Amino acid sequence: MIVEGKQKIWADYQKDIPDDHYFYVRSCIRQAFFPASEVVFLDITRNKLGKDFYESAYHTTCGGIAYHSDSIPQETAMTIIARQFALMHESGYENYVCSCITSFGCYTETLETWHEFPELEAKIRQYLWDSCKKEFAKPKYLAHASDIIYKFRHEIAKQAKFKLVNVKTGQALKVVEHIGCHYSKMFPSKGFGGAEYPHVLVGMIEAWGGEVVDYPERRQCCGFGFRQYLVQANRGYSMSNTYKKFESMETYEPDLIITNCPGCPYFLDRWQYVIAEQTGKTYGKNGYGIPALTYEEVAGLVMGYDPWDLGLQMHQVAIEPLLEKMGIEYDPKAKYKGLKNKDLGTPINPINIKIV
Amino acid sequence: MKEHNVLVIGGGPAGIETAYQLKNLGFRPTIIERNDYLGGHLAQWDRLFPASKPADEVLEKMIDQIHDIDVKLNTKISNIVKENNIFHVTLTNNKILDFDAIVVCTGFDLFKTEKKQEYGYGIYNNVITNADLEKYFKTGKDERIKDPKRIGFVHCVGSRDVKVNNTYCSKVCCATALKQACEIKEEFPEADVYCFYMDLRMFGKGYEDLYLKAQKDFDIKCVRGRVCEVSENIEGKLVIKAEDTLLGTPMKMTLDLLVLMSGMEKAEGVEKIQNMLNLKSNSDGFIESRDTFVGMSLTNEKGVFVAGACTSPKTLPDTIAEARAAAVEVFNYINN
Amino acid sequence: MIDFGFSISKSSHIQMDDVDLKSFNKLEALNPDIKTCMSCGLCTATCTAGNFTDVSFRQIILMLQRGKEKEALQKVKKCMMCGKCMLVCSRGINTRNILLSITRIYNEE
Repeated sequence: MIVEGKQKIWADYQKDIPDDHYFYVRSCIRQAFFPASEVVFLDITRNKLGKDFYESAYHTTCGGIAYHSDSIPQETAMTIIARQFALMHESGYENYVCSCITSFGCYTETLETWHEFPELEAKIRQYLWDSCKKEFAKPKYLAHASDIIYKFRHEIAKQAKFKLVNVKTGQALKVVEHIGCHYSKMFPSKGFGGAEYPHVLVGMIEAWGGEVVDYPERRQCCGFGFRQYLVQANRGYSMSNTYKKFESMETYEPDLIITNCPGCPYFLDRWQYVIAEQTGKTYGKNGYGIPALTYEEVAGLVMGYDPWDLGLQMHQVAIEPLLEKMGIEYDPKAKYKGLKNKDLGTPINPINIKIV
Repeated sequence: MKEHNVLVIGGGPAGIETAYQLKNLGFRPTIIERNDYLGGHLAQWDRLFPASKPADEVLEKMIDQIHDIDVKLNTKISNIVKENNIFHVTLTNNKILDFDAIVVCTGFDLFKTEKKQEYGYGIYNNVITNADLEKYFKTGKDERIKDPKRIGFVHCVGSRDVKVNNTYCSKVCCATALKQACEIKEEFPEADVYCFYMDLRMFGKGYEDLYLKAQKDFDIKCVRGRVCEVSENIEGKLVIKAEDTLLGTPMKMTLDLLVLMSGMEKAEGVEKIQNMLNLKSNSDGFIESRDTFVGMSLTNEKGVFVAGACTSPKTLPDTIAEARAAAVEVFNYINN
Repeated sequence: MIDFGFSISKSSHIQMDDVDLKSFNKLEALNPDIKTCMSCGLCTATCTAGNFTDVSFRQIILMLQRGKEKEALQKVKKCMMCGKCMLVCSRGINTRNILLSITRIYNEE
């Protein structure tokens, strides 16, 4: 592997995004899967970096899940998107940043489509007025939330209390990066680092002391694929994709997987349990899995947030081996305590994969 | 009879042959070459398809023919002014020379394979180009080639590909790939050699024989399907994916060496010369000939001629034939 | 093991690293003309049995090269040995003999 070759590509794919004043929109599913990721993102950007990130209570789904599972037509999705942009405009912002990769893909696709087909844009403008009586507006800049963390990765590193380093051995942790398909596969120029060798997560790993693992199935989709997952009979397809990735990364013995999509970390995490229960196979050491975290969770760990405040107990794969490697102290008894010490209940122990 | 001066821009095979024939026709040609050697890409090549004839043999003979012709190496053109059918040409050494006609023989550049990011040239250690392999054949040196057990060739890299804005066929890569496949098999007889092609365009004399020989005598395995991505495994070997389109099934294999058949592109810097001479470009970005049938050597500018791969990808025999044709067109122009 | 109502499906990728070509190499050594096939499809187009079944000489060879032996041998069974493919082959491949060799070599193993 010749890193200079990648660096050349990374230098070519640097997009221009502002460093402040964003209208922030959440994801439909991330708050359930990774309940603290978005909270931590806002806390880091607002309180640790001192930036202006505004969100509106009127924001809804972008329609991406319905669009990608073929239950609404593109024009409906576009009208929903136009409504979100109108909210941004009404709130006095022109920079739009979203938490979800599929939303990012939908927004990028929509803006490009409007650019190529102005008559469609005119139609959506009308739909927006007819349905919501809102004024049509487009963002000046569109970013994914991982772009923001990427942009400030060195500032985060400066404030870091922990590194992606094994404190016992002093060795950099081996980190797999997994990019959501809709980040840059459709529009390579819209992603930091392009589509073949995206830099958005690699940059974070390097800045925070880890070592990036580039394995043969790195570009492979996690397999979520909306329809493939949403219909139970098709879930084997979804899981088979994840299985392929794990079989390919296994020999590298990764300590951690970092992702920037709502679906990927969920499936890379949960399918490890199903694979273990079906085949007996686990991919971490000593019967554990490999933790698959969001970039906000990793940023949070590095900056010294409490693992349970970060919601890491919501992951299927046990996080404790990673915390111990990084030298992060945690209270095992507090793992299943929610806000205000509320008891979250303890999960049943799986047969083949260790969760504590 | 007044002696006429003709400028030949470029000292590759097209330029050398044009100049030689111009001299035979009674003109005084001058070759301007930006490099410090003659021969262009031919000088970098080891052997030529279809029969693996040594490139040096061909080139030496060609250069021999022009030993008494004025060749200016390490020289570029900084300006051209046309007045009363005379071209006043300013060279980079600030000398101004006058010419009655100009033949543009600026050739081509090899496609920069790193632009096909998915193939990982310049990223994965064991990915090389056709030019790298010729260099290895010539010098015997390339750290990336260490007793490979399985070798792949990817045809059409940078050709027939709208993603890199080159939709044309580079014409020479199919034959080059099979030639190189046989040659590397000769060097490493134990190796399995695969060629990933979309069509095998074996159009010239002896090319189909080369294909048959590659299959029969060298056991080259041709897979119809383009390689979609390359990655590296933990041992540093390459993992490639392609579809076997004849079977309709995707396939994967591990390789020790992957050779990218880089195609032809418009040469860098030619645009400057085109601007000085008002020469149009064709839809592939090369210089436009006045007519594809009867005016191949003519351009949209009177007194300016073209030969070789500056107008489109060409084989060496094509280039030499065009160089001779261009010399004849210069003769017709000056004598009418 | 828990039944989730779905399971891991096998990748449709042919993993060439795992394909055992021992038998095919034997076949090739016996019939070197097999190497010269250029997949033109004449054999399949003209095949009498292929009009009604899925036998295809071209596909049989390709499948054997890619480790799909079972499928290939199923196809071989449908050949009627009429020799029409041998008659048309523009590379002059002795298709009939190859089919006989396949039955012998692959059935031995």
